[in-house]
Amino acid sequence: MRKFTLLDGLVVPLDRANVDTDAIIPKQFLKSIKRSGFGPNAFDEWRYLDHGEPGQDCSKRPSNPDFVLNQSRYQGAQVLLARENFGCGSSREHAPWALEDYGFRVIIAPSFADIFFNNCFKNGLLPIKLDADKVDALFKAVESNVGYKLKVDLEQQTIALPDGTAYKFDVDAHRKHCLLNGLDDIGLTLEHVGDIKAFEAKHRGAQPWLYA
Amino acid sequence: MSAQTLYDKLWNSHVVRQEADGTALIYIDRQLVHEVTSPQAFEGLKLAHRKPWRTASMLATPDHNVPTKNLGGGIKDPISRLQVETLDANCAEFGIVEFKRGDARQGVVHVMGPEQGATLPGMTVVCGDSHTSTHGAFAALAHGIGTSEVEHVMATQCLVAKKSKAMLIKVEGVLGRGVTAKDIALAVIGRMGTAGGTGYAIEFAGSAIRGLSMEGRMTLCNMAIEAGARAGMIAADDTTFAYIKGRPYAPQGDNWDKAVAYWKTLHSDEGAAFDAVVELDATIIRPQVTWGTSPEMVTDIDGSVPDPASAPDAVKRGDWERALAYMGLTANTPMTEIKIDKVFIGSCTNGRIEDMRAAAAVAKGKKVAANVKLAMVVPGSGLVKAQAEQEGLDKIFVEAGFEWRDPGCSMCLAMNDDRLEPGERCASTSNRNFEGRQGQGGRTHLVSPEMAAAAAIAGHFVDVSKL
Ligand code: SF4
Repeated sequence: MRKFTLLDGLVVPLDRANVDTDAIIPKQFLKSIKRSGFGPNAFDEWRYLDHGEPGQDCSKRPSNPDFVLNQSRYQGAQVLLARENFGCGSSREHAPWALEDYGFRVIIAPSFADIFFNNCFKNGLLPIKLDADKVDALFKAVESNVGYKLKVDLEQQTIALPDGTAYKFDVDAHRKHCLLNGLDDIGLTLEHVGDIKAFEAKHRGAQPWLYA
Repeated sequence: MSAQTLYDKLWNSHVVRQEADGTALIYIDRQLVHEVTSPQAFEGLKLAHRKPWRTASMLATPDHNVPTKNLGGGIKDPISRLQVETLDANCAEFGIVEFKRGDARQGVVHVMGPEQGATLPGMTVVCGDSHTSTHGAFAALAHGIGTSEVEHVMATQCLVAKKSKAMLIKVEGVLGRGVTAKDIALAVIGRMGTAGGTGYAIEFAGSAIRGLSMEGRMTLCNMAIEAGARAGMIAADDTTFAYIKGRPYAPQGDNWDKAVAYWKTLHSDEGAAFDAVVELDATIIRPQVTWGTSPEMVTDIDGSVPDPASAPDAVKRGDWERALAYMGLTANTPMTEIKIDKVFIGSCTNGRIEDMRAAAAVAKGKKVAANVKLAMVVPGSGLVKAQAEQEGLDKIFVEAGFEWRDPGCSMCLAMNDDRLEPGERCASTSNRNFEGRQGQGGRTHLVSPEMAAAAAIAGHFVDVSKL
């Protein structure tokens, strides 16, 4: 998993509540054998004017000029500013896979769907819950300032606004540790390689037929 | 040491380390792999430049997407084909043993593993598939896991897990004529509900369970997941050892004796404490048929479609009404009056040789009814197919008007070309009767292989115990 420490990232505002996992990545893309490469199909139904299928060259498809992600001022955005209950719907990990592959590192919203929130941390994304009035203020600031960026510092748990204001945010200590160090569950488990090897040696002695 | 349950013994013997909150790292002895839930896991490994911890613990086969007709013809659907080819490529790259399509050992992953002797008592077994509970029949701790966990086990040989509560389901007595492990499973689920086992690991015990063959025990543990439990298990005994002996992955020579000595300890101790105990009288279990869209919506063959008006509460009434509408059934219809369009005998629940024999015994010398459009028998593996053919079972089926297919998951979940058309009604030996499971709009009734064969002959459900 990619580490997350500090980010000074361009913000894109997605002004809708209850954005569900089907909207983030429509179900026809789940047949894929990959977990990467979902980025071009993130928000597929909103982003393009035609119907998307796996395996298309998305650069040749008609894009929807009204969808915020397609506006030139937001190209390269790494911070997604969203509304209530972001990521509701299914438990599929394809949703965070798609957002991460698109290039997002941080999602800021007043609330998130539970499973999606968990899945983000497993996949190198930092979801941040912020009070609704602060999120509102950010929406206004982003829309009226081209090139609006936020500095997100995970170690300090702060978001610094261009005007000098800083917001604190909460994050679970264990998840923070994993993100800061780029540790997914596998990374964490591999910190115990010694224990696993010791167990294996003992196990092999007791049940040699399992290793024959 | 105080008395331990079988689950305690299996769990304790695999804890690598445990956190204060009970989260443990559990060592995994066997990982079974199939084409649908493994590609992202392999890709994750590669992206992180990791290698599988112990490839010898892994065994792979394609099953969900493979066609069951025209073995030489390749896979037409390009997306299915790519999934299967990706499994082939990943197994080749990492040096994982794979039984490919066309290899006699290929088959539904949960039929293939035990058949190879790759599932042994005392093991922890995982696979990216919920019906991994099947392997608990061998006194193994067997879990279904998700794709992230598949990758985790590949990379670390461990699973992050918390211990479940223990439930004992005791079934005493002798099963009646025409009553099988499948009927025990459905009767248990009918009684407990599909969430009755949530949070538990279930041990099945009692004289009726000890009396089951390994095939029957696998059928029962297979359906533990439908009762909401992640794992089902049965103590090891002479039936277990006799099944394993001589199989390709079974211990040999000295190791065999050592292994059996250890396996004999794999039962719950006298006086071991369970968090819940359920007792069933085997003698009163009748052949079962589901009538709804969840395995708990089940009744005796002598029963009728229930009346939603008699449901215990408003939520259930709503569920029953929706189920009857989807199934196209009217309340109070006797089960024996329900006509069927298709029959599916197979799957990881009932695709083993004993199931083939039981169905063939019913079909022998008879003809599939005219109203049945398709009756298919899909052996669980190439070896089951070969064995059945050696016994002449294929001829019995074909002469009776059944189609005899190549191994795979087939119409259990309709990921290949085998599926129900909207509105078609099927007697199926699989494990799930969810809406759309066997094809969009398809209507599934879960039954035993004997009951499915009898329904094929009669054109409607019949009481196999009276044949
Ligand atoms: S036979 Fe059915 S339940 Fe079993 S593994 Fe295949 S799809 Fe799953």
